[in-house]
Amino acid sequence: MAVTLPRPQAPAAPAQAAPEYGTLPAYHGFVSWLTTVDHKRIGILYGSTAFAFFLLGGLEALMIRIQLATPGSTFVSPDAFNQLFTMHGTTMIFLFVMPMSVAFFNYIVPLQIGAPDVAFPRLNAFSYWTFLFGGIFMNLSYFFDGMPDGGWFGYAPLTTIQFSPSHRIDFWMLSLQILGVASLAGAFNFLVTIINMRAPGMSLMRMPVFTWNTLITSFLLVFAFPAITVALILLMFDRLYGTNFYYAPNGGDPLLWQHLFWIFGHPEVYILILPAMGMVSEILPVFSKKPLFGYPFVVYATVAIGFIGFGVWSHHMFTTGLGPIANSFFAASTMLIAVPTGVKIFNWMGTMYGGAIRFTTPMLFAIGFVSMFTIGGLTGVMHAIVPVDMQHQDSYFVVAHFHYVLFGGAFFGIMGGIYFWWSKFTGRMLDEKLGKWVFWLVFAGFNLTFGPMHFLGVDGMPRRVYTYGANQGWSGWFGMDWLGWNMVVTIGAFIIMVGMLIFIYSAFKALRGPKDAPTDPWDGATLEWSLPSPPPVYNFAVAPVVRSRDAFWAWKRRPQAVEAGENVATLQVGGHTVGHAEFEEEHPSEEYLAQERNAYYADPATFHIPNPSFFPIIAAFGLTCLAAGMIFGYALSIAGFLYLIVAIGGWAMEPTS
Amino acid sequence: MPFPRASGPGRKLILLSLGVALTALLSGCANVPHTTVLPKTEAAQKIQDLYVLIFWLAVAVFILTQGGLLWVLWRFRARPGHELPEQTHGNTTLEIRWTIAPAVILVIMAVPTIRTIFELESAPPAQASGLPPLVVEVVGKQWWWEFRYPEIRKPNGEPLVTANEMVIPTGRTVYLHIISDNVIHSFWVQQLMGKIDAMPNHENKIWFTAEDPGQYFGQCAEYCGIQHAQMRMNVIAMAPADYEAWAQRSAQPAEPVTDIAKAGAEAFVTNGCAGCHTVDGNPTAIGVIGPNLSHFGSRTTLAAGILQNTPENLAAWIQDPQAIKPGNFMTNQHVKPTDVDALVAYLHSLK
Amino acid sequence: MSIAHDVHSAPAPAHGGGHGDHHGPGPLDGKWSAPVGHALPTSTGLDNRKLLMWLFLASDCMFFGSLIGTFMVYKGRSTVGPSPHEIFDIPYTSVSAFVLLMSSLTMVLALAAIQRNDQPRLRIWLITTALLGSVFIGGQYYEFTTFYSENLTLQHSLFGSSLFTLTGFHGAHVTIGIFWLLYMTAMSWTGRLNSEQPLFIEIAGLYWHFVDIVWIVIFTVVYLLP
Repeated sequence: MAVTLPRPQAPAAPAQAAPEYGTLPAYHGFVSWLTTVDHKRIGILYGSTAFAFFLLGGLEALMIRIQLATPGSTFVSPDAFNQLFTMHGTTMIFLFVMPMSVAFFNYIVPLQIGAPDVAFPRLNAFSYWTFLFGGIFMNLSYFFDGMPDGGWFGYAPLTTIQFSPSHRIDFWMLSLQILGVASLAGAFNFLVTIINMRAPGMSLMRMPVFTWNTLITSFLLVFAFPAITVALILLMFDRLYGTNFYYAPNGGDPLLWQHLFWIFGHPEVYILILPAMGMVSEILPVFSKKPLFGYPFVVYATVAIGFIGFGVWSHHMFTTGLGPIANSFFAASTMLIAVPTGVKIFNWMGTMYGGAIRFTTPMLFAIGFVSMFTIGGLTGVMHAIVPVDMQHQDSYFVVAHFHYVLFGGAFFGIMGGIYFWWSKFTGRMLDEKLGKWVFWLVFAGFNLTFGPMHFLGVDGMPRRVYTYGANQGWSGWFGMDWLGWNMVVTIGAFIIMVGMLIFIYSAFKALRGPKDAPTDPWDGATLEWSLPSPPPVYNFAVAPVVRSRDAFWAWKRRPQAVEAGENVATLQVGGHTVGHAEFEEEHPSEEYLAQERNAYYADPATFHIPNPSFFPIIAAFGLTCLAAGMIFGYALSIAGFLYLIVAIGGWAMEPTS
Repeated sequence: MPFPRASGPGRKLILLSLGVALTALLSGCANVPHTTVLPKTEAAQKIQDLYVLIFWLAVAVFILTQGGLLWVLWRFRARPGHELPEQTHGNTTLEIRWTIAPAVILVIMAVPTIRTIFELESAPPAQASGLPPLVVEVVGKQWWWEFRYPEIRKPNGEPLVTANEMVIPTGRTVYLHIISDNVIHSFWVQQLMGKIDAMPNHENKIWFTAEDPGQYFGQCAEYCGIQHAQMRMNVIAMAPADYEAWAQRSAQPAEPVTDIAKAGAEAFVTNGCAGCHTVDGNPTAIGVIGPNLSHFGSRTTLAAGILQNTPENLAAWIQDPQAIKPGNFMTNQHVKPTDVDALVAYLHSLK
Repeated sequence: MSIAHDVHSAPAPAHGGGHGDHHGPGPLDGKWSAPVGHALPTSTGLDNRKLLMWLFLASDCMFFGSLIGTFMVYKGRSTVGPSPHEIFDIPYTSVSAFVLLMSSLTMVLALAAIQRNDQPRLRIWLITTALLGSVFIGGQYYEFTTFYSENLTLQHSLFGSSLFTLTGFHGAHVTIGIFWLLYMTAMSWTGRLNSEQPLFIEIAGLYWHFVDIVWIVIFTVVYLLP
């Protein structure tokens, strides 16, 4: 017999209308998108742009797979292929997964912690525009010397001026610096937001796991990005000013590049996966109808992964001849990091165990994440065994491993997040039937694409090769040159494409429909589900007082259960302990709750909504010109610098209310 | 059944059978010259042993986790009329157990791993034959491999230099000293040993002992530019007596005998080949930019292992190297057809 | 949250006035937004902008750490050129390090001045700090032109490359700081004050002290260590 839980009602219209943005041209229409500082709009911008880059990266992947389906193919030239795999990796990592994660950070985190916006709305906008311009700048290389072709990891000395004399690598190097500024600015913003702007009662251990993962990812960004910034600066100085940091004949050491790059690069892969893990940690409990199993352990495990993640970087360098002591150390640390990862996987399974599992599309993607990420994790442990890595490194086995964790992991998590929160962003639901088609096609296509790559790797096929011989054993089933695992992989890639085309169709179909999605279609556990879809510009009219984890479930189910043993004495507001005399603990009465709502209700007409501003986009443009001038001439750099200074000056002087 | 002792025959038998099972599973039906799971040396076998161990452990974990997941999904699917399930928040004992258990498994893996790391990365062990290891210096180039044999001296005292095909004796440890003088490459002959990078300014060393004569195929495994995909090499293992014969023959220059071959020797200079390639015995051919061609006629492949060394292929290569390996540093010299035939005869006479 | 709710004529004050002894701003005083000029209460009590500066400094730590690491990796590996002990003038650099250290002192004095709302003193100490910083930069400029004349250039050797890159970026940080100090002096001079000025001075102070500490590390690692 079903028990009906009290459902939240739609918010009553406040007595005075919430403030509109005003009447200046900056506030309406297309221009309002250029000047927006609203975290929700910026989230939409990030998400749409990231998805567009995903399609670009996917196209690059399909071209790679057409070329590699058969031996000796001439579909693309060797030069074009090398640009394709470089751009595929760079695009997917820096222009898709990272910004798509930031899209979710932007939209969801302030809602989950009960905040009106992020800590620095204009900095937020600046992050987005810098990302957009950086991504465009990198792709502009197509119209000049050609796209970067040094691999996404850009190993010196191949990327030094001696071996890559054209401007391709300059575009790559400068774009990454621009994108780094965007990522860092975003990381600072989310850290301050999460540390400082939580609703009353939301201690760190009551935060949703997605918010926790945002916090840890942001710390990883803050500490990892400077390493690649320096690596790229040294490369820039070598290429532009004749220094010798990576030039071996004059004493430079290519290993320096690898160390600096991977000190960034390994935390980077955790930056890529942690947000998706956070999404999965939100989705699984909702569709199992029970809380996340072992919340503190999931949090501690994630923190541990963040820390240990800085101590494993040389496992990307096992074949460079670091010596047995270094190799043993990094083998051990890499194996160590499997432990907290396993803890999380078991806790996700524990969440579903004993639950009442509903197989909606977001849940399918989340389950797919758990399953596929486990496989990727197992092959990762294989690579940690250094002698085994001597056979696996730089082969398709590694390509299989990281696609299982990045596609089967991060991408599945992101798709789950898109399906889960779509109605909150847009006010419409995505079609569930089409969603199941999307999932199963993508799931099947994904496994068909990346599963056989394990076999190709064991069969000795190296990576980053534009072609291979018919006699090398990577094709030629039943005496037919063209048939083999490579052909299967290519077919799988096209199946993924079909699945994603259905997704795009389903998204457009939803967006054309009326905004009729329920506020809380899934019986969500966290605060964003208490708001209308999409939320008003000011987010919360009533600052939610949080007494437990899964604050919205607690609120909905307050007659039945409130988290026992929550220590209300630690309630902090404004940095001062308010003390538990302030708030009735454990089982507040309806009357008490009504009083509290009055205390925390504010008339939306009085809300201070940050003004839109032109300065973030101007600053972002100036920064991009500054970088571009390193290729096109210092006049452009000077102009860019001036734009930047003017924008920063205007930004500093601009009134915020 | 307790797991057999580290060095006991029982353990070797188990590893062997697991290895055979794995090999059968993964070998596939086609002939796979680059396979990583049919080791032909003891060094590669040590790698394989570790792989077999981790593979089956991973399979066990895979079955447990995926099977567990599938069972949970079936058993706890939402059924109509289901109330809110019990809102468990966790179980500390379980957390401790499933933290410790994987850690223990990993420690079990770590011990043989670290032992093998030190074994493989130390100097090669002394051999029964009493011979010192055969040192071969490997230099990665764009996009071919140079091999130097300090042990084999030519009449002028210089070490033997050859390219793309490394001839070695069976039963004697070969100790490769690997470096690059340009970008980073990686030397990988799958059945003989794992790979190691060829770095500028930083020599790396690997060793192995080929047991059986035969030809072993490898490929560069670090992206090194436009023709990284077509930078292969062969290692040809011969019985010691045959190796000695090869070494003696290779130390001496090969002389062209027939008229057409002699004409080819001249064409070699007039067409500019001598500017990049060295051929012992041809006094003008002292170029070091391209591979040493002194005994090119006895190589089985050309252009860094991508083509069989037949007259047709060689002619095609000479006439248009860019068509076969676009972007490589051998430019099209627009060689006249008569010169092409002469050159082919000349080069194939250099045995 | 989304609940049916009657809006009364004015929002009720925070849970009764009885607890008038609660420290600092109470639970939002019935308003979600802050009055103009006041920051919203934060979960930690730390101002958002101050926290931002701390986080920025954390990333800058990693940045300088990587540059210093590069310098240390390449110590002794130059193939040509004057070596550190041939070309460094330790007494000279010690003086300029001392000057920078003193500028941190004057920065502290500037902060003390604004905390007692002493605008003239604030300006004096800010200008002094900027001046001392400029002396430091001038000293570096002179030192580097000497190095260049003795054939140690950015391109010449690994030592030159890593030295000038590291100290160059440090110098750029100091220069930005100098401009920032002058800007704040100008704000004080023209009377463009706001109640958050002590916070802004404090934030600038954090930056300035960080730049000074980095110099201590650079001076030790680059100049003093053998």
